[in-house]
Amino acid sequence: MYDMKALYEAESVADAIRLRLEHPEAQIIAGGSDVLVQMREGKRAGRELISIYGIDAMRGVSLDEEENLRIGSLTSFSHITRDPLIRRYCNVLGEAVDQVGSPQIRNIGTIGGNTCNGVTSADSASTLHAYEAIVELTGSRGVRRVPIHDFYIKAGVVDIRPDEIQTAILIPKASYENTFGHYIKYGMRNAMEIATLGCSVNVRLSADRQIIERCRIAYGVAGPVPMRCPGAEAAANGQRPTQELAERFARAIIDDINPRDSWRASKAFRQHIAVEMARRALTRAVELAGGELA
Amino acid sequence: MNKVGRSEIRVDAFDKACGRTQYYEDRIPANALYVRIKHAEIAHALVRSVDTSAAEAVPGVVKVLTCFDVPDIPFPTAGHPWSMDPAHQDVADRLLLNRHVRYWGDEVAVVIAENEVAANRGVRALQVEYEPLPFVLDVQKAMEDGAPQLHERFPNNILKHTSSRLGDYAAAIREPGLIKVEGWYDTPTVQHCHIENHGCFAWQEGDRLVVVSSTQIPHIVRRVVAQALGRPWGDVEIIKPYIGGGFGNKQDALYEPLCAWCSTQVGGRCVRLDCSREETFVSNRVRHAIRFHIVTWLRPDGTIAARKTESYSDQGAYASHGHSIAAKGMGSFPQHYPCPNMECDAWTVFTNKPTAGAMRGYGMPQASFADECNIEDCAWAAGMDPYEFRKKNIMPQGFHDNFSGNTNYYDSFRQCMAKGAAYIDYERKRKEYAADTGNIRRGVGMATFWYNTAVYPISLETSSNRMSLNLDGTVTFQCGETEIGQGADTAFSQMVAEAVGLKSYRDVHVKSCQDTDITPTGLGAYASRQTYVAGFSIWQTADLLREKILQYANEITRQAVACMDIVDGNIIRKEDGAVLMSLGELAMAAQYNPVHSEHLTAESTYTIRNNAYSFGCTFAEVEVDIAMCKVTLKNIVNVHDCGRLINPALAAAQVHGGMSMAIGYGLSEQLLFDPKTGKPLNGNLLDYKLSTFMDHPHLEAEFVENAEPTSPFGTKALGEPPACSGAPAIRNAILQATGVAIDRNPITPHVLFAEFTKAGLIHDDWREEA
Repeated sequence: MYDMKALYEAESVADAIRLRLEHPEAQIIAGGSDVLVQMREGKRAGRELISIYGIDAMRGVSLDEEENLRIGSLTSFSHITRDPLIRRYCNVLGEAVDQVGSPQIRNIGTIGGNTCNGVTSADSASTLHAYEAIVELTGSRGVRRVPIHDFYIKAGVVDIRPDEIQTAILIPKASYENTFGHYIKYGMRNAMEIATLGCSVNVRLSADRQIIERCRIAYGVAGPVPMRCPGAEAAANGQRPTQELAERFARAIIDDINPRDSWRASKAFRQHIAVEMARRALTRAVELAGGELA
Repeated sequence: MNKVGRSEIRVDAFDKACGRTQYYEDRIPANALYVRIKHAEIAHALVRSVDTSAAEAVPGVVKVLTCFDVPDIPFPTAGHPWSMDPAHQDVADRLLLNRHVRYWGDEVAVVIAENEVAANRGVRALQVEYEPLPFVLDVQKAMEDGAPQLHERFPNNILKHTSSRLGDYAAAIREPGLIKVEGWYDTPTVQHCHIENHGCFAWQEGDRLVVVSSTQIPHIVRRVVAQALGRPWGDVEIIKPYIGGGFGNKQDALYEPLCAWCSTQVGGRCVRLDCSREETFVSNRVRHAIRFHIVTWLRPDGTIAARKTESYSDQGAYASHGHSIAAKGMGSFPQHYPCPNMECDAWTVFTNKPTAGAMRGYGMPQASFADECNIEDCAWAAGMDPYEFRKKNIMPQGFHDNFSGNTNYYDSFRQCMAKGAAYIDYERKRKEYAADTGNIRRGVGMATFWYNTAVYPISLETSSNRMSLNLDGTVTFQCGETEIGQGADTAFSQMVAEAVGLKSYRDVHVKSCQDTDITPTGLGAYASRQTYVAGFSIWQTADLLREKILQYANEITRQAVACMDIVDGNIIRKEDGAVLMSLGELAMAAQYNPVHSEHLTAESTYTIRNNAYSFGCTFAEVEVDIAMCKVTLKNIVNVHDCGRLINPALAAAQVHGGMSMAIGYGLSEQLLFDPKTGKPLNGNLLDYKLSTFMDHPHLEAEFVENAEPTSPFGTKALGEPPACSGAPAIRNAILQATGVAIDRNPITPHVLFAEFTKAGLIHDDWREEA
């Protein structure tokens, strides 16, 4: 039995916004795979909940009029993985969220919840950062679009205003076009796992596949929030894809990331695997783009 | 024999698959009150006060009870048979709730409430004031003079120290030319992680107490509850329904005494106490972490001149099963690789950590890890293949242990090893993988173990059962050995069908639920004893029942008892095989006979004064990604000689489960504690890395079926043995792959990172720059 004070079920986005304004202390709940766990632990015990889970308009993947990929915030991980548009334009995101927890969690958990939770280990987060995703927030004064980098304020805190709910995540066409990515999750076991480190790399190669036109890399758990590695990206952009480049690129991430020591893993260990993961993820991304490391 | 030795479908398969099996929670009355425990959030302290006022004000809270309210009756909890010799009785160091808090998670108070939410709110509202005491987490530090003391009666926190001596170690090591192979081996604190958490509910009926509990040992729990509450043993009735596993955690009285006492504090109303997973990890029982120091003195020809072992067993806060585990582990060394000069010592030591108790393998997975690390290193030191080294030194055929009376009748070890090596293609792979030099390296490794069956002669071994002939010729069977998921009821059905002479194991109705008021007294599920010990009493009771049946048949058929037999559910004449009547016909005739009505039933107790060696080995194959500090287990096989198999499919299932446990023990599982506070860090199923389906390759279970001469059914231990040798086999495979000998488990990526760095296999230049 969960210790909740009240549960309000929103019927539409407008209804959800109204409920938020009426119950400013209430916690938003979507799939519940994070919120109910916290509630059971006593952290959010006795709180009011606003469930947005029934708002079907917030579910599903589509292309908008500018051909940006639009992922409704309530879309479950398993739907994202199987979605034809995701597979075609941003397959790496589907692969990343297919590594969340277990089949049951992937069926109930949503990408909106994964990002709004604000944790650095979220399996979607590094790929969304590496693709410079845009977070769509709908509030009483309309729609606001925030780059995902700015959406994450600090550990566990994201930029949602008291009258807002997150309604979609967008991946701009310019971001996914001709771009191929690979995600590596490092865990201590192969299922039911939270990332020790997550690394997502994507590349766009020149038409002759001899030059990396654009390389982006982002990590989860390499700092308090998911982060890009500008130094490493700069080292790879405009370069020929070679083994030597991959080494240089991977080595460069050390200056970009800031993992911490915790009982879950030491800083030295996280740094070590971060470098190896960068090298492997870049290599694979180049292969997926039809190139090959010389 | 044709009823045993067959892979029959489990008798409980249909109910379990349909979800209609009743576990303790399915039986709780809707109006039961909830008991929730306030656990200490400090590793060592005295409770100064508990402010209950806020908790009592929570709507729905019925009663708050604290460590200042409980009776001052120390009681033991271990699921051991009671000993009539006070010197061998378990240490009584428990109270229902504790003013002297000895670990983070100890029980301080309870809240009894109308519903779960109110109970949890009540617990959160309790204010406990502590007087902090210094604490100690390391087993050897706890033995030092001046270390924080947990129990007044045990100076230096040493619960017990035992030794065994063979030959003259000090003289033997002076032999010239010996090679010394020495190591320290650390095994971790792990938890059983059975599917169903422990829980129970209790109420009063008249002056008596009834407790329904998820336990492996109903008859022993009856005694403990009575002791803890200071009541006559007959005042307590324990009912054990189906349970979702135990692995030894439920071979202890856990919260049954507290739950029963809570009922007495609310006028005998029914109260329920259900452990959460987090409580199960920290406040039930764990496996003893044992640190070993082993010194082996080798001759250049690969024989062992002398050996010394020291075991430091981390008991945690309370005695529970105590020194039995370390003692059992210590006892394995002289018999595993017999050598004429040995010194073995074992200490069991209190620390401010969760209480260690029984867990599948009972000291053997620990001892096997240390022994098989050291023996592997001996093989390398002697320049011998580890397989050949073991063949040369392992317990020989004919080896006899005077204490247990066990004899290695066959050459079981070498037979098991040969079978395992053949399955994994040991020799070829060993050669091929030795050539690996890149980032990915492969290796195969092996490890062996032996295991006693049941607890004779250390403790009493007894088994009782009752068989009643039903009017349709089927037999209802009750015994004190419990079904805990392992398939005992199915094995018993097959054995009873065999011993009585029924047509099918389906003609045996096992009463799976033990009720101490009704079920013949038995000791429960532990020590891999059930099939072996029940075998004696099943055969004995079946003889009694057969005698009664044939006596009655004599009245009807006029055939001499000696001329008749019971075969496939019929009474037959032996000479010509003529079917005289069916058991159903006989049962009806006997029950409804107007002048001599008889309900045909038999009951008996058998005192087992035998033991039996069980043997086995694991071969494992790994692939190591050095840069990623990751091990992938590619292939694993366990081979067991547990005598004749009663049910080969169930035997294989036992082995699969044990192998899974061994994989987690070898690679991922460990309960961690904050060194600064003693707080458990990862007592949940996310952070405690129980291995999953996705971490396992195919699990191959194979058997060598050497019939055990002392058993009526030729059977011996299999419950615990599968958990014993997997972890060191994986360690030895990693050693072959990488050349790095890792003397601790689990071998996690963190451990590999440190070890590979030390060995120069990985090199992070930026760490030097920084």
